[in-house]
Amino acid sequence: MSTLADFAARIASGTIRVVDLTHTLDPDFPVIILPPEFGQCARFRMEEISAYDHRGPAWKWHNISMSEHTGTHFDAPSHWISGRDVPRGAVDEIDVADFIGPACVIDCSDGAAQNEDFELTVPVIEEWEKAHGKIPAGSWVLMRTDWSKRTGAPYLNMKDDGPHSPGPTPEAIRFLIDQRNIRGFGVETVGTDAGQGSHYTPPYPAHYYLHGAGKYGLQCLTGLDALPPTGAVLVAAPLKIKNGTGSPLRVLALVENT
Amino acid sequence: MTQPIAPPPKKNPQVRSQSPTRPPEVRSRAAMHLTAAAAEGRFSLQRCGECGVVQYPPRDACGACLSTDLPWEDMPEGGTVLAETTVHASPRLYFRERMPWRSGTVQLDAGPTVLAHLHGDVPRHARVRIQARLDHSGQGVLIALPAQDTPNMEDDPLMRALSADPKHRRVLITDARSPHALALTRALRQAGAAMIFAGEPEGWRPYPQRAALEAEGVEILPMDVTDTISVQKLAGEIGGKTDILINTAQFLRPGGVLDRGDTGFARDELEVNYLGLMRLAQAFGPGMAARTADGVNSAIAWVNLLSAGALCNAQPFGSFSASQAGAYSLTQSLRAEFRSSGLRVMNVFFGPTEDDSWYQPLPPPRVTSSALARAVVNGLQRGLEDVWCGDIAMDLRDRFRRDPKVLEREMTMGGEGA
Repeated sequence: MSTLADFAARIASGTIRVVDLTHTLDPDFPVIILPPEFGQCARFRMEEISAYDHRGPAWKWHNISMSEHTGTHFDAPSHWISGRDVPRGAVDEIDVADFIGPACVIDCSDGAAQNEDFELTVPVIEEWEKAHGKIPAGSWVLMRTDWSKRTGAPYLNMKDDGPHSPGPTPEAIRFLIDQRNIRGFGVETVGTDAGQGSHYTPPYPAHYYLHGAGKYGLQCLTGLDALPPTGAVLVAAPLKIKNGTGSPLRVLALVENT
Repeated sequence: MTQPIAPPPKKNPQVRSQSPTRPPEVRSRAAMHLTAAAAEGRFSLQRCGECGVVQYPPRDACGACLSTDLPWEDMPEGGTVLAETTVHASPRLYFRERMPWRSGTVQLDAGPTVLAHLHGDVPRHARVRIQARLDHSGQGVLIALPAQDTPNMEDDPLMRALSADPKHRRVLITDARSPHALALTRALRQAGAAMIFAGEPEGWRPYPQRAALEAEGVEILPMDVTDTISVQKLAGEIGGKTDILINTAQFLRPGGVLDRGDTGFARDELEVNYLGLMRLAQAFGPGMAARTADGVNSAIAWVNLLSAGALCNAQPFGSFSASQAGAYSLTQSLRAEFRSSGLRVMNVFFGPTEDDSWYQPLPPPRVTSSALARAVVNGLQRGLEDVWCGDIAMDLRDRFRRDPKVLEREMTMGGEGA
């Protein structure tokens, strides 16, 4: 049996599970909030065109609208000023093979439960590697915080001094890029950076360093608690938007039952 | 003395809701001026420019000298009842449903004798105050009120028919995040509103006045006027008990065309200010229009809060003003579409406000939320269609009426040099 035929058979038989890491595109799903004088991220919206009625008797369909960065979404290098000159930095230019790759899941859920500003630091990563081995080059690194289980206001967790949610330190992101050459970084929160990420140097270090190095981001993931620390493969293909800086997408994880 | 209206009992679900009926709507073109003044709460009649005689009813030529120079003029409200009758039979459905109906002739201090509906507290041959009010057909009619206010006079059936009084009614404030929502809530409570609902967009974002609204007993329910599904959902839940809808949703940013460079905020302005109104009307309008004869807490009014920039583009809020002009035009369509139901559409125009942070760089005078809320409630109690709140709105209105082109030219001055 060829590898692909074997792969398809294993999915059909359930020895490879397909896990959905995607939030439903819902008009009420939170998006990132910027100071109001800046342009804002469009919320997901859906307008009925017809529903088997006088507007179209035999069919139902909707017009939808949203930002490239609404819901569970992909960040391309061209999203950030540091990545503006990265070759093939837009979603339509990225090598499609990059959209399928292995994932390392660093469980920060205990820390995030105790501290809403929990930081993924180099020691945390090193601790994880002691247990699960060195992060292979070309991996997605997913920061599990169980943040996706929050709904409503606690999700953004916006306070008078800005949002509070976990994220990586500048050093941790540099480490993942420089020492481990990862494919990208994925989170359950609304951005790859911590809620208070604007107060690091540089501000928003995950965005700044990842995209400057041609790496990708995955945001608003859910279901990371269903993944093993290593061994899962992500399928995360953004829409082919001309010069797109990101895209809502369906993120699937393939997990081998052992 | 008028008997106060008791809070209505819960509705009997086995009884068919009454269909709305209307008093006669047809008027001469001349008489429409009486309606236009009544829409703003003014009592106006023609005074002959040649001989000075005040005219009634409205006409095209002076009854005394046949001059066609008949400008409209606000009149003193004093008068004396000459004769009265109580009607017990009428071929008009509207009046049959409201028998007996009291009306009379009143000798105005201004000269002519007019026909007026008589308030129940007006004694025979008494001194009265004449006011022009809009009836269920949206036409101006004259009412005679007691010379001095009497207890509970606003509860007289005539007054209920010629107002949109919030007393005992259930009100929906469409956007709880509006800087005016709290002041509106307090003013409506004071006016006797039975329930206040508020739509809350994006409950996942905190805002400071939420706790205060809850403390006022407001029922906060999710709705975002840019999200059709959420509007339909809330209308499905409370549309059948929304008696007054006050649309407080507004998206405001400074900027015109060239200084923005994109259509992002303009799209938001249209989504909220124009399409939001349309979504609300499509979801709540039919249900409200069907309930305009539903007793003490019948559906009665649709209130729009509009910038006076709807009349003439107001820099530096050029694009916002355009969205307000669009919304204003849409409210006129709504008026036409609600007309046969008797559901009133009241527009409250105002200038820069104290409480909306985007107006912070503008000099005074600015409208406070409490003044705006008072204007809304007062307008409802008087059954108005157009309310102008604050000096800037009234000034714009007056200049617009004098000459819209002159106003436009004044509002679009350029700077020196190029």
